[in-house]
Amino acid sequence: MTTNTATTQDGASDFDARVDGQRLMKAWYAGLDDANARGAHVANVFVMGNAVEILRAFDFELVFPEINSLQTGVRKASEEYIRLSEDYGMSPDVCSYVKADVGLILKEQKHPAGQIPKADIAIASNMCSTFIKWAEIWERMLGTPAFVLDLPGQRSAGFEVRQGDAQHAADSRWVEAQFRDLIEKCEKLTGKRLDLDKLAEILDRVNKMVAHWNAVMELNRACPAPFNAMLDGLTYIGIMNVYRGTDEGVEYMKNLEASLRARVARGEGRVENERFRLLFSGTPCYVSMRRLVELFESWGGVFVYSDYLTFAAGGMDAGELVYDTSRPLESLAEITTLAAQRGLSNQFFAHERLAKQIREYAVDGIVFHGIKSCRFVSSGMADTRDYLGSRLDAPSLYIESDLIDPRYWSDAQIKNRVDAFFETLERRVGGAPMENQPAAQRRRSLL
Amino acid sequence: MPQVDESGLNAIFERCNMLRQAPVPPELPEGFTQPFGHFPVYFPEELAHAVGLLPTAVLGGGNQLELKHADAHMGSFVCSICRSTAELGLNGSLKSLAGFVTHPICDAAKHLAGIWSRNFPEQPAQILYLPQNVNSSGAVRYIASEYQRLRHQLENMAGREATDDDLKRSIRIYNENRRLLRELYALRRDEPWKVSCSESYLLLRARTRMACEQHSEMLREALAALRAREMPAQDKPRVIFLGGFCEQPPLEMLETIDDTCYVVDDDLLIGLRWLTEDVPETGDPVWALAESFVERSAASPVQHDARKPKEGYLMDMLRDSRADAALLTAAKFCEPGLDEQVAWSKHLDQENIHALVLEFEEKSTSFEQMAMQLETFAESLLFSIA
Ligand code: SF4
Ligand code: SF4
Repeated sequence: MTTNTATTQDGASDFDARVDGQRLMKAWYAGLDDANARGAHVANVFVMGNAVEILRAFDFELVFPEINSLQTGVRKASEEYIRLSEDYGMSPDVCSYVKADVGLILKEQKHPAGQIPKADIAIASNMCSTFIKWAEIWERMLGTPAFVLDLPGQRSAGFEVRQGDAQHAADSRWVEAQFRDLIEKCEKLTGKRLDLDKLAEILDRVNKMVAHWNAVMELNRACPAPFNAMLDGLTYIGIMNVYRGTDEGVEYMKNLEASLRARVARGEGRVENERFRLLFSGTPCYVSMRRLVELFESWGGVFVYSDYLTFAAGGMDAGELVYDTSRPLESLAEITTLAAQRGLSNQFFAHERLAKQIREYAVDGIVFHGIKSCRFVSSGMADTRDYLGSRLDAPSLYIESDLIDPRYWSDAQIKNRVDAFFETLERRVGGAPMENQPAAQRRRSLL
Repeated sequence: MPQVDESGLNAIFERCNMLRQAPVPPELPEGFTQPFGHFPVYFPEELAHAVGLLPTAVLGGGNQLELKHADAHMGSFVCSICRSTAELGLNGSLKSLAGFVTHPICDAAKHLAGIWSRNFPEQPAQILYLPQNVNSSGAVRYIASEYQRLRHQLENMAGREATDDDLKRSIRIYNENRRLLRELYALRRDEPWKVSCSESYLLLRARTRMACEQHSEMLREALAALRAREMPAQDKPRVIFLGGFCEQPPLEMLETIDDTCYVVDDDLLIGLRWLTEDVPETGDPVWALAESFVERSAASPVQHDARKPKEGYLMDMLRDSRADAALLTAAKFCEPGLDEQVAWSKHLDQENIHALVLEFEEKSTSFEQMAMQLETFAESLLFSIA
């Protein structure tokens, strides 16, 4: 195996994706720590369907409660927060992110990364229905007003909407009306008027970030793949969200693309001997992240794509999603609507995206990670797996744990299943180690 | 209208109970060509009714259905109504449906549309994105455009146009039904000894398996007979039942509650009573339906509305029905229901109002333990309000 980070110091000055990513995340938490004391306005937002561009135009500090919750997992503190919320009365059967956050409220916003400020407003989209229930919890426990951003999602299988068609016009009009309401609320809260030029600049920076992001994703179609979509991808997603529309975000994504491009040019892969190209469907297990990756990489398996990279980064990689900065507000509504349909709510018709990604990333097998407490990713997973297996003959593995609740990680059981999966894959795509020859290069793809 | 006596009333309840157990309407009334399926909570049935598709609420399999296929398609951590609905689809019980609509009430429910599209591509399935933000000025316009889209799809399925006059006729039929249902609930509130929660539930639920106009006829007969009942009031506490907005509690559970309490209001199948007043019968019918969704509607844990905080409508329900206490139930694995249950019980604690917290599953068959809990609860309530 080569380095255990996606990027080493190379083409792009002395950029290191992991180190620089961590530095930026630390800086973000530091900004939150004293946000209330500085009198900054604060908004809670989710990673799927937010209005970050508008909030940034009003200089809101952004809190991402999902990232806070996952960080309790990464920092091995989640169980304490979850237990606190269960003692408070939360059911064992609900989203563990919500529970970690209720624990955070009960601990008076003291997070392992610092003090989390109280928000002046929360934006909750309908992309995951739990967002709305979560925002209602803040309304009750913290008095944070909730603004529900209703995004009309993908209605049915094969639902094709193009910019400018009647369906898109009706949907965008609805989203724009809500953005106008939100702007009014922000103006009242901050005492500032919306500066449309500033909004256009933010959109322009998002455009740049998305262009780099799409290139980054595409680079992983190379054999060997330059990064692990699950492990390294998480750092990238963090920056895509937290620094969306900022100069730092553009810079990071630009450097990331350059460094990965250099890696591909050198023929360097994430794993030294890439043998199996895998697709990861679902959300990761943050409490056992490295272990999970190790179980796969020890077999020469690399995650070349994960649907998590799409829906948890705002769903902007679905093509054609470029803001027209000459009409910032209208375009924001139009593109937000398309991203919600093509990159977020298409989770409910997951087979469509997965079938496409299997082909585009020359995938040998799919790993489904079921999270009992996250119905957004998990409720249709068994059926999707059954469909892809029977229609596309796609070999797959199903494992189950949790995002951040360590009580659901069963190491021996998961290891057995992973090993058995690779043994099957070996039989299927050729048994012996492939001396730097990826399986997918011999048998281009499952499809 | 001929007066129905107690045995006639029993015959009505028996018929309703038979319908309750039927996955789809056992017969198609005249004027209807096919049943059309919709999942809880609310669906604008008038749109299907107007083209001669029989609106049919798909409500899972109750406690008589054995799951043989669903396990391979939906994890064990998903609520029972979703799993058993998938089972009914997979075992062919819903074959006759012209199409299936689910809603963004929760993520498990949204996934049903994907499961449908993968397993029954010939039966069009969709998510009707009813808005979770009804407080925006653009909401009615958006809903109206969604209803128009749906109207055209339903017309295509039925091979028949729904003119504005057809729609107005359906609205009139449903308005009449809504009025009768309000009367039924008023009777329960004012003279709960005349109609139990389980009886009222059977009457209400029957609308999901027959044409609305037939249901109104039956309801009128039943209401007259119920009003004429001579039954003494018993010493039972007045309670409200919450948690029946989506997955349905088994009938036996409601009967167990009836044994010890008067349930003077509930949210059972609230989607059938979602519009709380008449829908305007003049003007653009689609707009009238859309506007009613925003302006004249009930509340549930799966509908966000800044005007109706969840604790607020709980307190309104308690006050308006003059109830002494609340039964706060939630279906197992129902994320929104379970979240609400915590909030509600904390709130009632603060308000010093008695509440009993219960979890149920549509597939449960044993209620002895619940009966004991209810008995203790009812006794302590009677003692405290004496
Ligand atoms: S249910 Fe899943 S997608 Fe929704 S908030 Fe929880 S972890 Fe996130
Ligand atoms: S019972 Fe709850 S979780 Fe299940 S479909 Fe209904 S609202 Fe969703």
